[in-house]
Amino acid sequence: MAINFLYPEYEIVRKESRCIACRACENQCAHGAHEFLADKGVMTCDESKCVNCHRCVCICPTRALKIVKSGNAYKQNANWGQRTVDELYRQADSGGVLLSSMGNPQNYPVYFDKILLNASQVTNPSIDPLREPMETRCALGAKPHRIERDKKGNIKNNLPPQLKLSMPILFSAMSYGSISYNAHESLARAAQELGIYYNTGEGGLHEDFYKYGKNTVVQVASGRFGVHSGYLNAGAAVEIKMGQGAKPGIGGHLPGTKIVGDIARTRMIPEGTDAISPAPHHDIYSIEDLRQLVYSLKEATDYKLPVIVKIAAVHNITAIASGIARSGADIIAIDGFRGGTGAAPTRIRDHVGIPIELALASVDKRLRDEGIRDNVSLVVGGSIRSSADIVKAVALGADAVYIASAALLALGCHLCRSCQTGKCNWGIATQIPQLTKRLNPDIGCKRLVNLLSAWKHEIQEMMGGMGINSIEALKGNRLMLRGIGLNERELAVLGIKHAGE
Amino acid sequence: MKIDAANLDFEQLNKALKNVQGDSIVDNCLGQRFIGVKRNSGKLTLNGTPGNALGAYLDGAVIEVFGNAQDAVGDTMNDGKIIIHGSAGDALGLAMRGGEIYVKENAGYRAGIHMKEYQEKKPVIVIGGSAGSFLGEYMAGGLIIVLGLGATKLPLKNFTGTGMHGGKMIVRTKQLPEGLPPQVSAAKASMADLQEILPYLTQFSALFTISLTPKKEDFFVLKPNAKNPYTKLYTEN
Ligand code: SF4
Ligand code: SF4
Ligand code: SF4
Repeated sequence: MAINFLYPEYEIVRKESRCIACRACENQCAHGAHEFLADKGVMTCDESKCVNCHRCVCICPTRALKIVKSGNAYKQNANWGQRTVDELYRQADSGGVLLSSMGNPQNYPVYFDKILLNASQVTNPSIDPLREPMETRCALGAKPHRIERDKKGNIKNNLPPQLKLSMPILFSAMSYGSISYNAHESLARAAQELGIYYNTGEGGLHEDFYKYGKNTVVQVASGRFGVHSGYLNAGAAVEIKMGQGAKPGIGGHLPGTKIVGDIARTRMIPEGTDAISPAPHHDIYSIEDLRQLVYSLKEATDYKLPVIVKIAAVHNITAIASGIARSGADIIAIDGFRGGTGAAPTRIRDHVGIPIELALASVDKRLRDEGIRDNVSLVVGGSIRSSADIVKAVALGADAVYIASAALLALGCHLCRSCQTGKCNWGIATQIPQLTKRLNPDIGCKRLVNLLSAWKHEIQEMMGGMGINSIEALKGNRLMLRGIGLNERELAVLGIKHAGE
Repeated sequence: MKIDAANLDFEQLNKALKNVQGDSIVDNCLGQRFIGVKRNSGKLTLNGTPGNALGAYLDGAVIEVFGNAQDAVGDTMNDGKIIIHGSAGDALGLAMRGGEIYVKENAGYRAGIHMKEYQEKKPVIVIGGSAGSFLGEYMAGGLIIVLGLGATKLPLKNFTGTGMHGGKMIVRTKQLPEGLPPQVSAAKASMADLQEILPYLTQFSALFTISLTPKKEDFFVLKPNAKNPYTKLYTEN
């Protein structure tokens, strides 16, 4: 047998003195890392199968388990790091393109962490959100450039269709197929309860979820899975997916093993067939072509719904966004290079695209400079991790943010980055019935509502601290931001001053 | 109801059409886009040249065009029928998932790209003449028939069926297409294949009053080699 060069990256540590051999860990690990040795009456494990998802750790009734980084180390080398070497071995073994999931984990700068917020002192007093009204509601969509009046002089309602949110947050696209039915139900119900929106992703809309239509964004991607007139009109907005932050420039590919039962029906392809979304839309080669799809969707929804165009943050993002703002789209969603995914080639996820903070700052400025900022709302995603990230994003010019990884974390995700295996032990990125039932939508919905209610209050506190009482007044208010440890160029792109200035 | 489209832009024309239930005739079509979008019943007769995205998301209506059609005819069409007494532009039947399209003459690039099917829902495109490059690319289901009427050589161009992983293309040609991508296998049509396409050929003959005498020897069938063409491409990391 060939020698396996790969040594497991993590070790499963079991405190034998605590283990009562209840076999819960064995039962819970879909990767088969734990095993009960019946003859000896003890547990054993095979680390090479462990993906470090912490399911067993959380489940163990006696807290006997922990997962630690393996101490095994290659000879120190600042150039050939362990990950680089391991990936090379993996490819030499298989000849395959490396496939990963979730967001880019590499050590690139996180600009949100290098931006600090302002607060009032003495003058312009801060506002206490517990005592004073504090507005977090917002509306997404094109805003009219001027007031129009009818013959009698009354103001005409010329407001294009809007999405109304109780706080500037939406759950971003995750398809039914890439995540489970229960995960979708949790998101849909939480969106309804919170007065925000969730997004179907490109896998169509399960018939059970049409009832959440008022809080649903339906997506149209290059594969056009599950797209038909009923679907388009079921939601509150239609999103054209041109790109995704985790994999700009390439399409999607849901393996046939995940195309089972309801998922095949919702996507309208036979069971077991790969669901391939081509890299480009085959009818879109220009902004003019995009305009055609935008308007075909508006025609199909009788001009009642806003159309979102979602793109990945890439080098020429400002010019692209400027084009989209003239395409008839109502909202532009930009996904930064840290955005998550159910599966993407590792090299693309880790090396293509740019940080959302920089993309957002440049796009907002460009659209304002060109006098077309009101043509569209801007929604940004690609690793929004906390309410502070949201406040910073809004101050950089966003109308709202998209969150997905954060929402999955609330549902139990431990960022093991193994979604592509289809064996998510937390019942999220899987279609295996024994696993999906581990996610209870009642609890899932509650946890999402908890998270965003807490964030909303934090947003109010941060705004109050700055003496701002509405999210609208925070939008694009870059004076509320200061950079820390950033160079002149970075500050210029972000359009902010350095701390102390 | 009869509409003269000569001086209407696409929004005006489509608004006028949306207000009409049942059958309509539109004269002097001149490039107006999105005609018949999501229409679910009745018949639309179009004289002239309708613009892009004719019958997008069509949901049961019949559209008959006396003239040529432009790009993206029947984009993401779900049900119904589109008949074109002429040629169609690029991306004919893009991502179509149900219904039938009949084109008397030729189709441009990327016809039937990403067509799909599910159980009884099976889209069909019949092209009387030749098809452009990238026919049936990423095809996931459905049936494309190319009759090559009037074609002196192979009625297909380059890259037919790249990434194909479902469905079937049946092409009337004496010579086996060369240089097909690895995802596609070609074979002589069987009796069953001929049986499968006969109803559509009969329709084609009736719609365009063209008599056909199909023999199975005249047809090649292109099918995907696998439902999962790219599985072996990846290694988990
Ligand atoms: S779950 Fe904990 S106590 Fe039970 S067998 Fe595993 S390690 Fe032992
Ligand atoms: S894969 Fe998850 S459940 Fe299995 S051993 Fe590792 S941490 Fe525990
Ligand atoms: S969704 Fe599941 S598989 Fe994916 S990273 Fe989270 S825990 Fe792991």
